[in-house]
Amino acid sequence: MNASQPLHDLTIHEAAGLLARRELSSVELTEAVLARIEDVDERVKAFVTVTGERAMEEARESDERRVSGGVGPLDGVPMMLKDNLCTRGIPTTCASKMLQNFVPPYDAHVTERLRESGAVMVGKGNLDEFAMGSSTENSAYFATRNPWDLGRAPGGSSGGATAAVSAGEAMYALGSDTGGSIRQPASFCGVVGLKPTYGAVSRYGLVAFGSSLDQVGPVTKDVRDSALAMNAIAGHDARDSTSVPFEPPDYTEALVPDIKGMKIGVPREYFVEGMGEDVKDVMERAIARLEDLGAEVDRDVSLPHTKYALAVYYIIAPSEASANLARYDGVKYGHSAQEAGSMWEAMERTREEGFGPEVKRRIMLGTYALSSGYYDAYYLKAQKVRTLIRREFEEAFERYDALVAPTCPTPAFELGAKTEDPVQMYLSDICTIPANIAGIPAMSVPAGFSFGLPVGMQMMAKAFGEPTLFRLAYAYEQSMGWRHLRAPV
Amino acid sequence: MALSREEVEHIARLARVGMSEEDLEVFGVQLSHILEQFKVLNEVDTEGVPPTSHTVDLSNVFRDDEERDSLAQEEALANAPRRDGDYFRVKPVLG
Repeated sequence: MNASQPLHDLTIHEAAGLLARRELSSVELTEAVLARIEDVDERVKAFVTVTGERAMEEARESDERRVSGGVGPLDGVPMMLKDNLCTRGIPTTCASKMLQNFVPPYDAHVTERLRESGAVMVGKGNLDEFAMGSSTENSAYFATRNPWDLGRAPGGSSGGATAAVSAGEAMYALGSDTGGSIRQPASFCGVVGLKPTYGAVSRYGLVAFGSSLDQVGPVTKDVRDSALAMNAIAGHDARDSTSVPFEPPDYTEALVPDIKGMKIGVPREYFVEGMGEDVKDVMERAIARLEDLGAEVDRDVSLPHTKYALAVYYIIAPSEASANLARYDGVKYGHSAQEAGSMWEAMERTREEGFGPEVKRRIMLGTYALSSGYYDAYYLKAQKVRTLIRREFEEAFERYDALVAPTCPTPAFELGAKTEDPVQMYLSDICTIPANIAGIPAMSVPAGFSFGLPVGMQMMAKAFGEPTLFRLAYAYEQSMGWRHLRAPV
Repeated sequence: MALSREEVEHIARLARVGMSEEDLEVFGVQLSHILEQFKVLNEVDTEGVPPTSHTVDLSNVFRDDEERDSLAQEEALANAPRRDGDYFRVKPVLG
């Protein structure tokens, strides 16, 4: 850090260093981040809720804890949570009218973990309603804007999280990723986004969308920060029955800038029809860099079932969503239609008024796919093809330590460009969906630019192969010689 | 395949989502277009392939039957749109 660098620009590890040396207090750092939010969020619109007073309180507590010492790297560092992660006593809206006034009586597992780590929460991040979308334009409240170009979308659904981190409105954030909702917006906003292995991070208190696909993960300014955040949130939690009992390693131990001899495959199916030459160029240079660093790259890998992943996803995710969202009946919490006469009428009106168009579309789609007479043709068929996609990855990881591919076929698109055609919007997730289908970890790291817009490279590894991803991503990032990218907002 | 208006109405009823005339029309067109994209799966041979419902090797996760804390009644009722004492209040189910 140099004297001219603003505090809001710091990474977690830089801030932690200054805090540890008492060159900075959490109160000063939190004030700087809140001032940054005040300054830019009117334009970026990353936050659904800013929790300034509470953040200052947490910052003061952190500074007091530090006097007696022994605090961890996240202690006193400001962060944001996507607004589908439950926060006790603080509204958790999922950017839906349905949950506009919902105040959770409990914390999500990851919220608890960060609180225990001494994190300072500055607010809750905007998202596509119930995490359904790829641009954050499906928020029932407002669209978030890309800090690199305010006329463009930040990606989605964790667009509030990635825009905030990219604009310096939080040192890091947690998002959720069901089909690319951390990685695609990370690519659009020039930040690092990790979707952990399914089962590595507890889903307890993450408002459910597609339960066999959803994972919580960190959005950070660099790779080291991603490892620090994972150290805090990964591990077994009995309250999520798909949480895997495992002892997470110290992920920072994988941050070694040496990938000599690492075997990397480049699956050609990810270079989809219609992908821009700009994205291909960025990928070509990034892959050449990995070779320069000593990796053994096979550029001609084929995973032929990749082309079915999108259809599999848009059957399975809406099917699971239609079941999960059945809980919004206007009885226990959330929006409730007032004027209706009978219970059934009340339920239909509640859901008509409370859900936006994309959520209704997916509930309808899932209901259809699960309905009598269609279950075998759609849901069961999709689950079988899911098995084939998994097997294909498993075979590939017998030969390669990691696979690299574009995160998204394009850089950030303009606001409104895809809102009229759902299928066009769905195609934006074509490169990220396979990792969710297979349950494997995948990360997007900044790899270059196209006409001033960030482009991300995606790295995938076998289940619980996060240390491989961290090592690869760290070596690549260090070789690029840029500190984290700063958006010009 | 194009969904008929009756089919869209039927799905909306199963999903318990109220729909205007316009909604029924728009969703009919959009859902038909999306279902069209799923046809691609018909070309995949899945004979003898077991389905994947989730990707972790866990099934039937049990815990010991021990007493533990749960949500307090007041907290559980705090977000209720309508309540009657210690109960959630619902609209008439019959009649």
